[in-house]
Parts: sequence; structure tokens; C-alpha cells
Amino acid sequence: MLLEVKDLSLSIGILRLLDRVSFAVDRGQVLGLVGESGSGKSLTALALTGLVRRIGGVVTGGVILFDGQDLAGLPEPALRRLRGKRIAFITQNPMSALDALKTIGDQVDQVARLHLGLSRRAARARTVEILTRLRIPDAAQVARAYPHQLSGGMKQRVVIAMALAADAELIIADEPTTALDVTVQAQIVMILADLVRQRQIGLILITHDMGVVAQICDLVCVLYAGRVAESGPVETLFAAPRHPYSAALIGCIPREGMAPGALKGIPGGVPSAAAYGDACCRFAERCPRADALCRRTRPPERIEGGMTVACHHPLPLLSAAPEVAR
Amino acid sequence: MTKAAEPSAGADPILALSGLTRRFQSGGGFLRPARSMTAVRDLDLTVARGDCVGVVGESGCGKSTLARLAMRLIEPSAGRILFEGADVTHIRGRRLRALRKKLQMVFQDPYASLDPRYTVRDCLEEPFRALGEKVPAGRVEQLLDQVGLPRAFAGNYPHQMSGGQRQRVGIARALAYRPDLIVLDEPTASLDVSIQAQIIALLQDLQRQHGLTYLFISHDLGLVRYFCSRIVVMYLGSVVEVLEDPQAAPAHPYTAALMASSFTPDPTARATIAPMEGEIPSPFALPPGCPFAPRCPRALDRCRSAYPPTVPTARGRVACFNPIEA
Repeated sequence: MLLEVKDLSLSIGILRLLDRVSFAVDRGQVLGLVGESGSGKSLTALALTGLVRRIGGVVTGGVILFDGQDLAGLPEPALRRLRGKRIAFITQNPMSALDALKTIGDQVDQVARLHLGLSRRAARARTVEILTRLRIPDAAQVARAYPHQLSGGMKQRVVIAMALAADAELIIADEPTTALDVTVQAQIVMILADLVRQRQIGLILITHDMGVVAQICDLVCVLYAGRVAESGPVETLFAAPRHPYSAALIGCIPREGMAPGALKGIPGGVPSAAAYGDACCRFAERCPRADALCRRTRPPERIEGGMTVACHHPLPLLSAAPEVAR
Repeated sequence: MTKAAEPSAGADPILALSGLTRRFQSGGGFLRPARSMTAVRDLDLTVARGDCVGVVGESGCGKSTLARLAMRLIEPSAGRILFEGADVTHIRGRRLRALRKKLQMVFQDPYASLDPRYTVRDCLEEPFRALGEKVPAGRVEQLLDQVGLPRAFAGNYPHQMSGGQRQRVGIARALAYRPDLIVLDEPTASLDVSIQAQIIALLQDLQRQHGLTYLFISHDLGLVRYFCSRIVVMYLGSVVEVLEDPQAAPAHPYTAALMASSFTPDPTARATIAPMEGEIPSPFALPPGCPFAPRCPRALDRCRSAYPPTVPTARGRVACFNPIEA
């Protein structure tokens, strides 16, 4: 297993923001971390790379096993050697990841020079090759351009190129397409999916869009208010979501032939971390299936039909889950 | 240019735009000529009372310029705007203020469109104050009821509310004068999918209760097909297709590409994603002929030299030399 997160708990100050979060992703797989804003997705990504320490985050329990090594207790210098080399991070807004005063080539070169010790010339050749592979037309020319001269889609490809420059084994992409146009969004998502298959990279894709999850993820982990609601293979989740929250999230996307008025949304909003209850299901306030039990006992995780679901009253199992050939 | 007449959509057109054009100039200075671009070009559109017309396109297609033109927030370079049969293209002063009572707008970003120093009550009373009118007794409470916010919210400031709640205030403000037509400029683009679905459901309820007419601007074709009764597709300032039935199959290759780029929440439908190559060209340097031709899989030689005329189809109208047959 490339990355295995077990019972990860994390606090900032007195706020307990992640509560026993577990998931795993292997080489050649795409894991989708899904949930609304405030569910803990981006925080999980920061925890995996150790960056959460810079905003005062403390891992209070659990392990983050990357290739067998626990990152949770790793000192900063060792983490710094991993970040950008074996674990790469793609942000939502490519502009925030690029230096406006340096050329594209200099920024991508830097990664290979730092982590692989390549010469200036070798690094540039590698950069142009990677940019070409990401289907950037006239890559040598683009390498001499500054970020403001490129479109949003091109900039996001450059950020992906930076992730590939040191042969990262795990890429964490935090809403990589949210800031892009619809047609460009589809291009970037397909590029990421191809990279995972061809280079056997592990990809963690953070998104609130179940449509994107359905398109490229193999595994999915639905987070709600700092806890895992449901996780497992993506086909199983979409064929028969067990947790009412997963079902509601899927129901938020308009689809072909949906009856007028069928799109309802989820009433209310995600609770703030200060209002997290401990001995209860945190979704109970918004859940159509909740009863008194949900408000006083934390639902145990049960594993059925390949899915892990934390719910007192899960939706019924699909009797014959369709086998999906991949 | 030949053009198919805009069909008198329904018996009672509330808004009729004809030949509407808006050019912008950029840059220019000592020794450097200004560049000009056409944000909206020769646009014809009729909105029938009670209708919900969706305008869809990617960034730079002119959909927000169209919204601002229809609202009379910016002046057109050419063309006419008829509201309830009266020419309002150049009205000013008292007549324009009277028009604004019937014609309201909800903006994309509820964080930017609400004054941080106004309470919800101030914000909902402001439309009346701006025209020197007395605030009808109980109107603020009534508006809060209509958009599903607790009356106690009247004393809240924007920073005390979530994005979805702020957008409800934005909608309540647009409703203050009981308008006939509301222009919705991407009202859900900055919200979570779960909140987006809530807002769309609210807008549908309000339309039914108050007999409102909507002009809905969006980049999300899936959402427009669910929410709207008529779809206008724009690309680089021009209307490329009008679909009278939102579920109709597209005739223009760009509409087809938009559909193929949207992610359906169904992992078994993966094969249908076919990302379009290339990106939107700069509106300052449009290619001759059809602006979509450089990216179009169906482009003919004449698409690169002449602008295609708009012709009626069984499903609406299309501006294409080589449309997809039904």
C-alpha cells in the first residue's frame, strides 16, 4: 500500500478537527476525498504533508503510513525531503502555486535541480519533455513565458508538471479544476487520470463534486464534519450509497432527465468545529433518517459489501451489486 | 448577415433584445494603440413572461456583459432593449429608476455584493431608501420569510452568515420591489453543491409563487438543463445556439462539446467524457470566420473565412455551417 491513513485525529488549539479518519490509496489508484466546505478535506491534505504544523495543527492520534514509514512523527527536515519529491501537492488556484516573477521553465526546473540534482541544462530538457507530455503546444516557448502570459488551464498544467518533475509517487490535488472553465476542467481531469494509469502514481483528489468523483476515482472517502461517513470502491458507492449523507451529496448534482423539483439540496449547513458533538452522529441534525439514537451515540463503523459506513440507520444494501469490469 | 427571426417566444415578451452589441477598449496610451474587443455581438433574444431562460458559456463568452446590458448597468454600443414593449435602450433619470423596480439582479458573489457594515435589515431597506420611499411596514420580515431565513437574522451582519445565507439575502433584496424580471448572474457559482441545490429549489419556489421571469446566467450546462425552460449558448460574444427544449439534443458542435465535458454522477457513464482540445482564443484577436472553428471537430473550409448565419432548426436556432443533424 502506497499510503495508509489509520485513525488520524488532529487538533488545532482546543478544536478537534479530524476524528479517527482512515483511508488508503495504492499505486495506480485515484482516491476521492469528498465533502462540503468545512468537512475537513483540505485539512487532511495538509496533515498528510506535515504542512498542518505550520498552522498550529497537532496530530493527536493515528498513523500516516507512506510506503511503510509513519509521517505523523517525522521531523520537519525529513518531511521537507519528501515534499515535492515523493509527495506532490496541486492547489486549487494555480496562480497561488506559481511565482509571478519567474519564468515557467525556471520554476519547473527548480524541482528537478533540487530533488534530483540535475544540471541546469538537463533540468530544462526534462521540463520541456514533461510539458510536451502534458500536451502543452510549443513547450520550449512556454518554458520561457511568465505565468501571466498563460491561460488558467495552461497554468494548471504547469503546476501538474512541477508535481511530475521529481517523479512524485503520490500526488495530492486539492480541487484542481474548480477555478477552470468547463471544457478545460474535463481536459485536466483526463490528464490526471491518464498519468495515474501510465506512471502508476497514487492520486488523492479532493473535491466537493460527486460528478468528478464518478468520472475518475477508484475509491472514495466521504468526510463529514471531520469524520469518515462512508468509504469504499466508487462503483459500489454510486450503485447504492449506504450513508444518507453520501446519497444526499450525489442527489445534489443535476442529471439527465431529473424531474423538476427533484434537486433539493441538503437542508442546513456543516456545523462549525466549535459545535462538534462527540457522542452523536454529526450529520443527525440534517439527516432524514435520524432518531434519538443518532443524537446520543456515535455510530460504529460497519463493513458490509466492501463499504465502510458509519451510520446507525444505513440505506439498504443493494442485493446484487453489479460487477463492473475495469 | 442573414438571420432567422427570433421567434416571439410565447405571446407576452417581457424583454426583447435586438442587434445588441457591446465593444470594449483596453490599454492604449502614448504611441500604443488601444485594442478593442466585442464582448457581445449582434445578439437577439426574447424572454417571455414567466419563462426561465438560461444563458450558458465559458469565461469570456459575454454572458455577464449580456446581464449587465439587460440591466442597463452598462450602455450598449448598438442595438435595442425593449422592456414590456417600451424602448428602454437610452432612458435615464426617473424613467430608469422606475425600470429598476421591475428589473432586478442577483450577483455571483454574495461576499462582495453585500455591504459588510450593513445589517440584513439595512440591506433589505436600502432599495426603498435609494428611491426616497418609505419602507412598507413588515416588508423586511416578509422578505426573510420568503427566502427561508429566520426573522431574527434581520440584525445580523454579512460576516455572521454562511455563503448560502448571504445569497438568500441577495435574493431577498432583489425581491424587495416585487420585480417582474430577475437577472441571476451565476448565483450559485461560489457555493457548495449542497447549498447550490437549496438555492435553485428556492428560486423555483419563488418563481412559481410570484410569477417571476428569470434570465439565468451560468457556466454549468447540466444545471441550466435542469433549471431552465430555454437555453441560449454563447461563445466569444455570439449566440451559437438556442434550444427551445432544454432536453433537446444539440445541433451546434460547441453545445455538444459542452455536454460531453460535463461530469455525470455515474461511474458507468465514463466513456461519454470527450474533452475538447484547445482553449478559448483571446477575444482581442478573434480568428476570421466562425470563432469556434479552430477548436471545432466539424469545421469546414468556409467556417474559417465566413461567419455562419443563424438558421432555424427543429429544436431552436443555430449559427453553424455544418450543424449536427437530429
